[in-house]
Formats: sequence, C-alpha cells, structure tokens
Amino acid sequence: MLEVTKLRLGFAAGKKMLVAVDGISFAISKGETFALLGESGCGKSATAQGIMRLLPAAGRITGGSIKLEGGELLTLAEADMRQVRGARIAMIFQEPATSLNPVLTVGVQIGEVLDRHCDLRGEPARQRMLELLRQVGIADPERRLDEYPFQFSGGMKQRVMIAIALAGEPDLLIADEPTTALDVTVQAQILDLLAQLQRERGMGMLLITHDLGVVAKMAHRIGVMYAGELVEVADREEFFTRPQHPYTQALFAALPEVSRRGMALTTIPGQVPSLAAMPAGCRFADRCAHVMPVCRESAPDWRSVAASHALRCYWSGGATATADNTPRIGLGHLIPEMAPFLDVVDLKVHFPIRRGILQRTVGQVLAVDGVSLAISAGRTLALVGESGCGKTTVGKALLQLVNTTSGSVRLGGSELVGMQGKRLRAARRHMQMVFQDPFASLNPRLRVGEIIAEGMSALGLESDGATRGRAVAALLKQVGLPDEAAGRYPHEFSGGQRQRIAIARALAVQPELLICDEPTSALDVSVQAQILNLLKKLQEELGVAYLFITHNFAVVEYLANDVAVMYLGRIVERGSAQEVLRSPKHPYTQALLSAVPVPRLDAPSAAIRLPGETPSPANPPAGCHFHPRCPQAMDVCRQRYPESTGVSATHTVNCYLVG
Amino acid sequence: MMGFQVVVLWSDMLIWLLVAAGIGVGVLVAKTPPLLAAWRRVGANRVGMASATVLLAFIAIGLLDSLHFRLQLDGKPGQKASYAIEVLSVLDVLAAPLRLRNEKTYSEPFATRLYAKETIDLPGGETLRDYPRLKHGGRHLGEREGEVAADAGMTAFRVGVLALLGWLALATAVSALVGRGDTVAVDASGWQKIWRGENAFAWNAVLLTLGLMLLIVVPLFWLAGQYHVFGTDKVGQDVLYQVLKSVRTGLIIGLVTTLVMLPMAVLLGIVAGYFRGWIDDMIQYIYTVLNSIPGVLLIAAAVLMMQVVIDTHPQWFSTAAERADLRLLALCFILGITSWTGLCRLLRGETLKLRELEYIQAAQAFGVSSWRIVVRHILPNLMHIVIIALVMDFSGLVLAEAVLSYVGIGVDPTMISFGTMINSARMELGREPVVWWSLAAAFTTMFILVLAANLFADAVRDAFDPRAA
Repeated sequence: MLEVTKLRLGFAAGKKMLVAVDGISFAISKGETFALLGESGCGKSATAQGIMRLLPAAGRITGGSIKLEGGELLTLAEADMRQVRGARIAMIFQEPATSLNPVLTVGVQIGEVLDRHCDLRGEPARQRMLELLRQVGIADPERRLDEYPFQFSGGMKQRVMIAIALAGEPDLLIADEPTTALDVTVQAQILDLLAQLQRERGMGMLLITHDLGVVAKMAHRIGVMYAGELVEVADREEFFTRPQHPYTQALFAALPEVSRRGMALTTIPGQVPSLAAMPAGCRFADRCAHVMPVCRESAPDWRSVAASHALRCYWSGGATATADNTPRIGLGHLIPEMAPFLDVVDLKVHFPIRRGILQRTVGQVLAVDGVSLAISAGRTLALVGESGCGKTTVGKALLQLVNTTSGSVRLGGSELVGMQGKRLRAARRHMQMVFQDPFASLNPRLRVGEIIAEGMSALGLESDGATRGRAVAALLKQVGLPDEAAGRYPHEFSGGQRQRIAIARALAVQPELLICDEPTSALDVSVQAQILNLLKKLQEELGVAYLFITHNFAVVEYLANDVAVMYLGRIVERGSAQEVLRSPKHPYTQALLSAVPVPRLDAPSAAIRLPGETPSPANPPAGCHFHPRCPQAMDVCRQRYPESTGVSATHTVNCYLVG
Repeated sequence: MMGFQVVVLWSDMLIWLLVAAGIGVGVLVAKTPPLLAAWRRVGANRVGMASATVLLAFIAIGLLDSLHFRLQLDGKPGQKASYAIEVLSVLDVLAAPLRLRNEKTYSEPFATRLYAKETIDLPGGETLRDYPRLKHGGRHLGEREGEVAADAGMTAFRVGVLALLGWLALATAVSALVGRGDTVAVDASGWQKIWRGENAFAWNAVLLTLGLMLLIVVPLFWLAGQYHVFGTDKVGQDVLYQVLKSVRTGLIIGLVTTLVMLPMAVLLGIVAGYFRGWIDDMIQYIYTVLNSIPGVLLIAAAVLMMQVVIDTHPQWFSTAAERADLRLLALCFILGITSWTGLCRLLRGETLKLRELEYIQAAQAFGVSSWRIVVRHILPNLMHIVIIALVMDFSGLVLAEAVLSYVGIGVDPTMISFGTMINSARMELGREPVVWWSLAAAFTTMFILVLAANLFADAVRDAFDPRAA
C-alpha cells in the first residue's frame, strides 16, 4: 500500500545540506505493521515527517518517491496533500501532553478532523465522536467529550490522540514512539488498543520505536535504521531468531537481562556519527566488532539471507554470541550483607495544597506515605514503580532536598531528618544523586571541570587548586572520559557522556551511597549498557551502594540485589531481586512484571492487564491503595490498608492475599 | 594661553567611572581565557563589529562632551582669577563654529535664507517683506545664491575623495598589521585575508563601516563649516550641534538609569523566584503596586518634588550646568526606580523555571550555599534575558525622556537632549510649511544609536551562549 523508494531527505544548514535519511526503501501493505527501529538521531522521525511532508522549515526532500496506493505523494500540491494528511495517513506522536491543544475541548479537536475530512458537522459528528471515544476505550464518552485535555491523564490523552488519528479513517497510521512517555501498565493498554484497532480496520501501521520489546509485541516486519540508512529488514520471526547485521546483534546484546547478571553488557563503542561527518563506506564500520577493510571503502549493497530477510553488510559470519567472552564483573551479592548503612523508617513526605488569598492548607499530597528501606554498603536496592508513585521524592527526601514530614533517615548511625547547617553538609558527603535527564542536570554555562569540582569546593575537600585539578582528571578517567573534557562545555557531549559527567560529579565527594534516579531512561539502549557497565565497575572498585530508582525491570533484573516496589507513596513489596522478580506476591508487582514487553518471540501473551491508571496521591483510595485496579480485590481491601506480611526472612508483602 | 578651571559634574564622574570599570573588566577578561574566547567570538561577528564601530563613534562624542571646564575671564593681573559662568566641554570647543554661528530663527538645511519672512529696511528708507539672508549659512557664496547645490555637491565630492584616501591609508595600515600578525599563510597578503574574512577579527566589517562613516561624516562636517547642514531651530541654533550634544544626554539616561534599575531588577527577581515563600509574596506585592500607579504620575510627582529642592537651595550650585546636571541624574534615578518591574517579573518567572532544573538540585545536594547557587548557576543562565531587556529598555528610556520633556518634567530646559529636540519640533509640525528637520535629525540619530546597540547586544548574547558557539 505505502511504497517508499530511495527516499532521501536532509536539512539545510547554511549552504550545506545535511542528509538525515539517505535512500531508504520499504513498503507497507494493508494490515501490516512495519517497525522502524533504531537509536535516536538515526532519522526515524525524519522519515515519518517526510512521508507526511511535514518536515521542519529547514528540511528538504531531495530525492526518491513515496507512493500511497500507487499515487505519488511527493508531487502533490500542498492543498491536495492536506486531503491526504488525516484522511489517508494519520500520525500519533510521542508526547501526549503536548500533542493536544490545552485550550480546546477534546470534542472540538476530534470534530476538526471530522469536519475537514468526513464533512460531518453537528449531531452526526457528535455521534461519530462518541463512537470513536468508545472505540479507544474511554469510559463515559458523553461527559468526556466536553472536557479539556488537562482533565485527562497521560494514557487517556494518548487514547484521545488515537481517536483523532482514527477520525479520518486513515489507511495508514504512523505511530512515532507512541508509548515512550507512558508507564508500562498504560503502555500495555495502548499497545493492545493499537493492535486491536489495526486488526479491526486492516490499517497499515508504521511504528517508530527504539524499544525491542515493543517491536516484539507489535511488528510484523522490522527495518533497522542506522545513521539515515536501513541496514536490515526482516520479518518478525527471522528478526528475533536470526538477527544478522552486527548492529542489530549489538542492540540485542546490549539489553540488560537477568541472564546477563554478573556479566558486562555488550556495548557499541562510540556513537551515531553526526550528520555533518558521515563516514564513506559502511556507516557502522567505526563501531562494528566485525569490521573489515572493505567496509571502510564502499557501502555494502543489499543482500538477501532468507525470503523475507535482507541486510546491508559484508560480514557473513554466523550469529556468534558476542556476549560469551565478556569479562565477569563482580556483583554486590558477593559482598557479605552487613548491618544496614542507610536505614529509613516510616518516611513521610506530604506536600500541602494551599488555596485562597491567605494560602490556607486545604489538603495534602501524600507523595511519600510511610516508606521504610535499608541499604547495606556495596549493595544495590532498586526502587521500582510507575510515574507519580513518589519514588523520586523518596530519593530527594533521603538527601534532605525536600522537607520530610515525619519518619527517620539514619545514615551510618546519625539521624538526618531535622539536621541543619554544617552537620547536614558533612552528612551529604556520604550520599549523592545522579539525575534522570543528563541534559537538564548539567549547567550549560559551566565547564565540565567546574561542574565536577563544585561538590569538592562546596564540601571543602581538596581546597588547593592543583590537587583539585588532579582529582577532576582522575574522576574523568574513572568514568571513561578524556582529560581534556574538563575544559569543555556540557553541550559538546552526547547524552551518555553527559551522564558520565553527572556520575563523576557525584563521585567527586566519595559518597558511600549513590541515589540514581532513572539514570538511563533518557538514553539509547547501547549507551544505557555503557552506563550500567560503568555503574557496576564503580561499585566493584569503590564499594559504593546504589539506590536505583527506576521503572525499567530489565535494568532491575540485571543490576539489583534487592527490590522494593512502590505504589502511590507506599512500598507494597520488598525482597531480594530473586524473590520479587521470580515469585512476585503482590498483584501489582505481578501486573507490572507481566506488562513489560519482552524482546523475544516467546513472550508470554497472557499478560495481566490493569484497568485505569494510578490515582492521585492527593486523594488516595480508602483501604488498600491498589484495590480499585486490583483484579483480585476483596471486601477487606476496601476497608483497611494491609499490614506487611513476611514471606521469607527478606521478602515482605503488603497484601491480604498473602499469609 | 587662556587659563581654565576644570569642572567635574556628577554625571561626568559617573561616565568616567564607567569607562574605568570598562577598562578594568577588559583587563580581567584578557586574563581569563574562557571570557577572552567569548569576546573573541564577538570580535569575529561581522554585524556585531560593524555596530560596535558605530557605537564607539557615539561613545567618543559622548566622552568628548564629558570633559567640562570654565574659561578664565580677562582680569587685571594680581586680581583673583575669575572664571566664565558658562561651562564648556571639549566637544563645545571642537564644534565652536557650529555652536557660535547662530541665526535668528528657523532655516532649512543648506538654506541661504531664513524660513520666515521679515521686514527688511532698505537703504532708501523703504521696507521690504522678504526672506532675509542668513548671517552664516552659505555666506561664502555671496551673490551666487542659486549655486548652493553645485557648490555643496562639489565640496562634498572633493572632501569625499579626501575621506576615501584617508580610509585607504588606514586600511593599508591595518592590512599591513594583519599580514604581519601571522606568518603561516604566505600566499595571501593581509589585504586579501581581510577581504575574504579569513582572520579571527572581523576587520572587513569594521573597515567597511568605517569607510561608510568617513564618507558620510567627513563631507558633512566639512560642509557644516559653510552651511547649516541640518538646518537651524527656533532660536537659530544649528541642529547638527544639538544632535551632537544630545548624544551625551541620551547615553547618560540610557546607562545611568540602567545602572540604577539593573541591580534592583536582577536581585529582586532572582530572590523572589529562587527563595519563594513570603519573600516572593512581598516582592510581588511591591512591583504590582508600583506597576498599578501610572508611571508618568509617579515620575511627575518625584521630579516636581526634586525641582522644589533644587530651587530652594541655589547655594548648592555654582553654575547653571551643575543644576541641570543634577536634575538629569535625579531623572535617571527616578526612571530607574520606576522601570525595574518589567525585567524583575521576567527574571522571577525564568528563575522559577530554572530552580526546578536538576543541576540546581545537584548543587543543593552538595550543600552549595544559596547565594553561590544564585551567582554560579542561575545568574549566568539569565544573562541572555538581561541583555535583551537592557537594550530594549535603552531605547525605551531615551523615548521616555522625550515624553517627559513634553510634559515639562524631563531634563532641564537648558540641556539639549533628543527629548527636548523632539519636543520643540513637535510644536512646529503643525505649521505650514512644516519644519521637519529637527525631528528628522533627532529621529535618524536615535535610530542609528539604538539599532547599533541592539545589533551589538545580539552579538554579545550569541557569543556568550556556549551552546550557540
């Protein structure tokens, strides 16, 4: 149905043309899902925008053709193209929060498409809108239609976005990372919905994603993109059983998994080449483990390895598991468990909601509502939960960055809550934080050397300039950055390198505990592997303990010794990684685990689907917080919050189903 | 040799202090490699350097006008020296022909006769109503009044050629300097490198601007010796002279007001945004209240009060210039105190956004003190807003002065400023035939000044943004 041939597009930068997509060809037939897979900066989104002819102002399509059911799109007049957009090709975007207009009701925004493409107005349009909202699984559509986007949660907004996309009854749906901004349980709902709608309507779908798990769940055929080129195209079966291109193999090998515990993850050295400096020959050559001289001379042509499997690579060696010869890296569990080094008891952080002219407190947001944790030296505790459950607040409360309402945080025997001034500053030496977004966590106007030295100077370490310079150089070496990085500004580094800088900054004061707040969620898989390896290496060398705040179970499985699962401000299940991940007892943990898309063919399909989304922490449900979404809720769950029950010496669950 | 007494007005002191501070900052920059690199980027920016050249010309005029003195009066030897009541500046001396050759009233640019008919007494006792000849404008022409265009054009052409020659000499000197500067590229002479823009400093832009300026300014001043090139105003003063004098007033109002307003706006804005709580409430209340009082009213009240103070203490001032100067400074302070709210509000909002960023939290986690966070992390990330707002305000302030002069609460009536020029021109716009030249001259000069400041500020902002470099 859609046929893209030799599409080339680029961005004009001054007099030069930076080619973002270089001659890619693929086809999508009716009812098929074609997934474009690749790291950021590979030209996936540019391809989608090119198909819609919605490139940014500097973008130009320089060649190739895009045919939709035989009709060429690139030669259409702009007015005719508007007939195609929305009616024949529709698109949904990554960020539901910004893809809806906040000052228009949902109904108006759906109605716009109906008016434009289906000539529906007034009552018939309203009926159609209700039908659409019902189709995308929005309850009570009559009321919802007249509400504004801010009244919807993230997952609901994405459903509305899908409804808008479907309103024009398109033949092709382009989904650009449709679930990246969503939680796993919501992601599962949205993916199910997309798959079901596709089946019902026989739409073609172009799915753009970086997540192999999503690909395994959704795609029929997969195209791997690298640096503006397709390097491997295969159907699902072939792709997951016999990935051939070294890049694809490396992507698989870089995934953290339980089977790789104790091993270093395979990383892809370096990063995607910049548009301005594309290597001649194979573009992956510089990062490839199997690079041959011929790779640097000319770009390989397509070659077919099976009926539905083609790739561009000279190397034809088998899929040797490159992971086998990687060195083992010591794990926290090799260290004998000692008395807890950090002990948190019944920590509560409530934010007052103030209203009115006198700012009276009218309610409390129970962000953290009685959390108890313990971490021993050199071990890793993973704090897992969906967005809004309060896990980041826990991290900040431990560092005393937000005021705790009650509870105690004992670090090495001294109480941190209520500590002031000098003593607090001294205590902070023992604990540091690595933040989620490496682009927001480094001051763009300070040089890297200054950023790293900041902690040392604030805490009065290494007061003399020369020793501080040496310390900065040593830290840079430790996190794998060159010496000269100290004199450069953060914007000159890639995401992964920036995260290394952030880690070096935290390590500068030699903390015993590092709080890592989703340190890899903004990074590509191959870079994530580099950072995880680095964190493991540092733990081995320095014996630093980690509190790893994350929503990514693969990372947890790979890295953590202990796991605590958090839901709406409270920990619902705690135990060693083995116990919690292999035999989860709490229905929430079970649902979370089953919702994670697994990048394998044999992924269990019978997942537990949670209805709805996390309630607001300002107004948590009575009784067990989880009961409105729990498939096994009982009467008692609605009345009282369950006490914690011990399953084993280390494993505790807060649920009436246990014990 | 005539004796003189140096007079240091308060505003002179401020201006020269600013110059000293500028030199101090320059020395500091030269010693700090990253700052030096940033300023080098400014130097490489063609538009930035062209506008800097224009700005420097304006500043030079302003500085020449800020060296004041009083001439010694002729007295008997042995008597205590007494000095003229009139305070002159170096610019006044340099522009003496312009200053002294006053006509009776309005005359058009390049006119040889007045703009108004008068009754002229003829030798025979008869009278004639006609446009009388100017005392100074085009006097050298004698009876050949009709040849103004030819004469002026010819002179302009000859002087223009002279200016071009001077510029060529300058350009050769510069290119010799550039050519000697580095010995790596033998194939290209300094001249070629400048032409192709291959050197680190945007010499081509500077030279081009300089050339243009010389081509316009030199003939203009040459002709100003023979004609009133911009015409004369109601009391017959040369408009070109007024324009030159207005530059200093404009610069002082722009700079001093900014100096008053900037610390307040930046400090209060950041404090309100960063510390939140009751401090934020208080600062917000202050600027909301201040904003809701009509600005002109507030300024009028303050200026009138100050006028009373000045009038009741004549013993404070030995000359009229000192009185006018104090009034100018007071006006700057009042304008500064009433105009900080906009920038403050802007900075508060931006700080609210910045304080939630993770690098601020990282600094907090290290126990970095609040003031250090403000200085190291927040202030540098606000500078782009400050720079833009400053330049915007600069033009706004020069205009505000014009408006206030109109209401009668601006600078002292004896002080020449763009405001007083526009104000007096306003009266004549309704007249038929219209007197347009005062307004046009003030407008053009202000336009060039503000445009140059804008473009230069843009270049500075871009150079100091590490992401754009």
